[in-house]
Order: sequence, then C-alpha cells, then structure tokens
Amino acid sequence: MSADGSRRFAANVHGWLLVLPAAALLVLFTHYPTVATFLRSFFSTAKGARGSAFVGVDNYRQMIDDPIFWQVLSNNAYFALGTIPVSIGLALLMAIWVNGRIAGKGWLRLAYFTPTVLPMIAVANIWLFFYTPQYGLFEQVLSAFGVPAHNFLGSKDTVLTCLIIVAIWKEAGFFMIFYLAALQQMSPNLAEAAAIEGASRWHFFRRVTFPLLMPTTLFVLVNAIINSFRLVDHVVVMTRGGPDNASSLLLYYIYEVGFRYWDSAYAAALTMVLLALLALFAVGQFLFMDRKVHYR
Amino acid sequence: MAAIALEGVSKAWGDSRGVDRISFATQAGQFLVLLGPSGCGKSTTLRLIAGLEQADAGRIFIAGDDVTALPPSRRHLSMVFQSYALFPHLSVAENILFGLKVRKAPAADQRRGLARVAELLGLAGLLERKPNQLSGGQQQRVALGRAIIAEQPVCLMDEPLSNLDAQLRNEMRRELRALQQKLAMTMVYVTHDQAEAMSMADQVILLRDGRIEQDATPEELYARPASTFTARFIGTPPMNVIPGTVLARVNPGWAARLGARAAEIAIGIRPEDIRFGAADGVEAAVAGIEYLGADSVVTCALGDAVLAVRAKGKLRGPAGERVRLDWDPAATHCFDQAGGQRLAQGLA
Repeated sequence: MSADGSRRFAANVHGWLLVLPAAALLVLFTHYPTVATFLRSFFSTAKGARGSAFVGVDNYRQMIDDPIFWQVLSNNAYFALGTIPVSIGLALLMAIWVNGRIAGKGWLRLAYFTPTVLPMIAVANIWLFFYTPQYGLFEQVLSAFGVPAHNFLGSKDTVLTCLIIVAIWKEAGFFMIFYLAALQQMSPNLAEAAAIEGASRWHFFRRVTFPLLMPTTLFVLVNAIINSFRLVDHVVVMTRGGPDNASSLLLYYIYEVGFRYWDSAYAAALTMVLLALLALFAVGQFLFMDRKVHYR
Repeated sequence: MAAIALEGVSKAWGDSRGVDRISFATQAGQFLVLLGPSGCGKSTTLRLIAGLEQADAGRIFIAGDDVTALPPSRRHLSMVFQSYALFPHLSVAENILFGLKVRKAPAADQRRGLARVAELLGLAGLLERKPNQLSGGQQQRVALGRAIIAEQPVCLMDEPLSNLDAQLRNEMRRELRALQQKLAMTMVYVTHDQAEAMSMADQVILLRDGRIEQDATPEELYARPASTFTARFIGTPPMNVIPGTVLARVNPGWAARLGARAAEIAIGIRPEDIRFGAADGVEAAVAGIEYLGADSVVTCALGDAVLAVRAKGKLRGPAGERVRLDWDPAATHCFDQAGGQRLAQGLA
C-alpha cells in the first residue's frame, strides 16, 4: 500500500469512527427493530411449549378478517381528518393574529403555546374532568342552559370527536410557532408594497402570505399526519379505546394486541401496516407537494 | 397648485422625534430629493406621504386633496422600496402586474402595460424569471416596473440605488432621471448621498434631526448654503468652514477684514475655489494629499483648523510643506459662528 493510500485509509477509518456512535444507535433502535418486526410478522406467536413457526402471510390474512382492525383503521382516518385541517388552520389563524400589532401579544403567544408544553398525560386528565358526566365542566355549562345530561366519553357517537378536540387543542399552538417564525421572516415591506397597490388584506394573504408559507405548511402537515398516528397518550388516559373500540386508534390497538394479549406476531404485522402507511404519506407528500411549494 | 404639500407635519415615536413640524411643497413633474444623514427623518417623511405612517399632527396634500387620513391605495402614488420588496414566489411579469391585477384592470390593458414597461426597462427577456434568478440591478428594474406600470402621477423612492455597486448606481441615476422626465412623474426620492441629490434633483430638501435645514435647488444649495450644516453636507469634499479667529490669527489681511467680529463669524470656502500661490495668501502646512485622477485633494493644517484644497492633476509634496492659499473674495461664505446660519450681508 502506498503512503498516499494508507493516509486515505486512515482518514476513512477516522470518518467511520466518528459516525459509529450515531450509526450504532440508529441501527440498534431503528433499523434492526424494523427489520426484526418485519420478519416477526411472518411467524406465529410462541405459546407455552409451542414455539414460533413460519406461517407466511397468515398474520396479514388474519388482519383482513379482523373487524376490530378495520374499525381502528377507520377511527384513525376519521381522527386524522378531524384533527389535521382544523389544527393547521387554527395554527395559521392564531399565528397571523399574534404576529400583528396588538397589546399583550407576548402573553397571547405564551397562552397559545402552553398546551404544547404540558405533558399529554396531564392534559388528558384535565380534559377528562371537562368531559365528566354530571359534574364535569361541559355538563355544568350545558345543564345551565337546560341541555339534558350526556356522557361524552361513554357514548360511541361522541367519544372520538371528544378526542379530536383534545388533539386539536394540543397541536394548534405547537404548529402556530412554526407559522409565527415563518411570518416573522417575511419583510413588512411586502405588505406595504401591496397596500400601496390597494390589495386587500385577504388578497395579500391569498396571493402572497399563504404561498410564501407553503414550505411551513408542508412541514407542519408531515408532522400533523405523523402525530395523528403517533399520539395515543390521551386514549390511554381517557378511554382505553372504549366504548366498544369506538375510540381505539391504530397504535393503541397495536399496544393492546402486543402487550395486553401478548400476540406479538400479530402486533408485528399491524406495526408493518402502520409503518407502510406513514411511509406512503411521507413519499406522497414530498413527491407531489414539493412541486407546488416555493422554496426561496 | 402643488403636486405634494406638507403643512406642519409631525411624527414621533416615544422619545425619538421622527419629523418635527415640517412644511414644504413641490410642483408637478418635479424631481424632489429628501436628503440628509441617517436618522434625520427623510424616510419617515416619505412614509408619511405614502400613508404607511400616520402623522401625529399637520396635513398632507396630494394634487390639492387632503390625503392625511386616506389609506396608501387612495393617494394615487407608487413606491419603490430600498429592499425592492419583490414577491419572491411570483415571476417578474406577475410582480409588475400585481397592482393592475389587484385593481382588476382589463387583460388587454395589462398586456399592453407589461409590454411597454418591459420595453422601457429592458426586461423583455426576463418576464418568466423569479426575482431570485435576477441580479441586483435587474431586481431594481422590476421594482421600478411595478411602480411605473400604473402611471400614477406621484412616485416615491426610498434609497432605491443603495444596494447597487457604484458603476451601476451612476447608470441608474441617469436612467431614473430620464425616465422621470419622459413619464412626467412627480418624484420624491430619499437618499443620504448628496451626489445623487445634486445630479438628479430639481428641488432638494435637506433634513436634519427631523427639521428642514434648507429647501432649494441643487445650484442654490451649492452656491448659497443656508447654514454650516448644509455647507458641510454638500460637495466632495464639502465646504471648508473655518472659525474667523483662526483665520485672523494666521493672516494679517483677514485679521483686518474681520476686525472685531472675528469671534462671531465662521468663514466658508469651497475646496475648488482655493488656489495655491499668492505671496499675501493664508499660510498653511500640507498634511496629506489624496490623488483622485483628474484632481487631487490636498489637506492643509491651518492653526487648529483643517482645510481641504482641490487642485487639478497630480500634486506631489512633502507633508509639512508650507504653502500659501488664496481665493476670490466673492467665493467666501460667511456664517454665524454660534448658530451656523448664513450671514446675508457677508463681510460688508
């Protein structure tokens, strides 16, 4: 080996050594579990003396025949559709409001951001009280207007909507921060130039502000979708998926199958579906949305 | 009737003064320059005319109408910002047409206007580009195009050339002036560069600490500065202003001429009016020579004062060399030593 070659080799070794800690953690906690889960999904769950055996796509076939899986999936779709547009819209609205010249906007920003800072478990407990039948906050307010008592979290019709409201309340303030940061990057001269041309605030928003916020919207959208599949803390605290799986989300169902019924093989198959869904969304967003997004 | 008139307009932010009871008027088709050092209130004045700031006191008239309370869009004016304020996601054509589209001008008018502006500013090949694909000079032209397409009678410009390199700035100066005359616009132009003001303006308003120091033509500003502030602001290098006492101490001729009033008077003299030579001239010591090509600026020490002399060609000489300086008495400007105002009667 020439002197030059050995120096290159040494540089390469140094480089790899520097990457090693991060790479090791990634492989250990991300890549290996993903591959292992993928492989596990083709085996049966070991039970007592009966060991795990290769079963091919049996786990996935079971999934197709599993009515709870389909219900959970549609719950999750409903949950995502209910939270994402509203929380993003609300975030944008709040950001534009607190970006304006108003008194006490520092406090307002803080107030909007507070839900994000609070732990989800605590948030869920507070909302649990709001929704409590008879003496909960909403019940007390509604009964003052003569509305009959209602068990919000105990009814299949209302429980998922209740969870959606909690998620919106939790997420909108977080997304607002990103919009606020983007708005503050925009030169006030742009609005002044538009004002001189006679553009209304709505016209300016539609033709200038909103298009310039598209990169932020894309980023927030990706996060919102991931969160709609990832956040299950409030389900655990408030409903445990009930009543009759009406508020169970995909990740919560995976948790139940894997760690309450200990059917780890089926849980692995369900996890693969979740991963595939998220990958699909991510690829779709970056492929199709990117073209419409203006990056400076 | 004045195209633009301000009457006792004030604007303050907390403790800082902004502009303080300023009044002026300019006629239609004039090129008016608001000139002054940074923080003098020139940009604030422009923004008050545009309606981007509301005046605390006073009234603003455009074409005879009181527009003090009107929003910017109803003042019939256009504006070019220092940062250009182009919409980064819109093409050059869309940027230029922004105002016409807002006002829902007929498509045929939009097409005709765009073609005319593109032709006028040499933007024809760039209409589909985005602002970030343009050079600084081209962005400047787009901003200009957006301002002139609607043919508003008044155009406001806030230091539009300050982001360009020196050579481009000189070209744009001439072009802007030609454009303003061709379109017969009333232009209000803010700058801190006195050379820009001198070369383009019909009327210059020199501001200082939120007040008008002098409102005059460039010739008047140069030939008859109303104060030592104006005198020291205009010209490259600006006028020398020397306390009478210093002159009287170094030169018997000046001591006789100033007499007892030496302490009250400051003498102003332009560097280009000073000659070397004459035996009875004011004696000074050369402190440094700056060679500029066509001429040289010689800095001379005169007692405690420093004096710049502008002379043709390249001068050479050791620092500390004694020289005698002389100038035409008619070129002498007299100012009040304490207040800085010009003394109308001169030395007579």
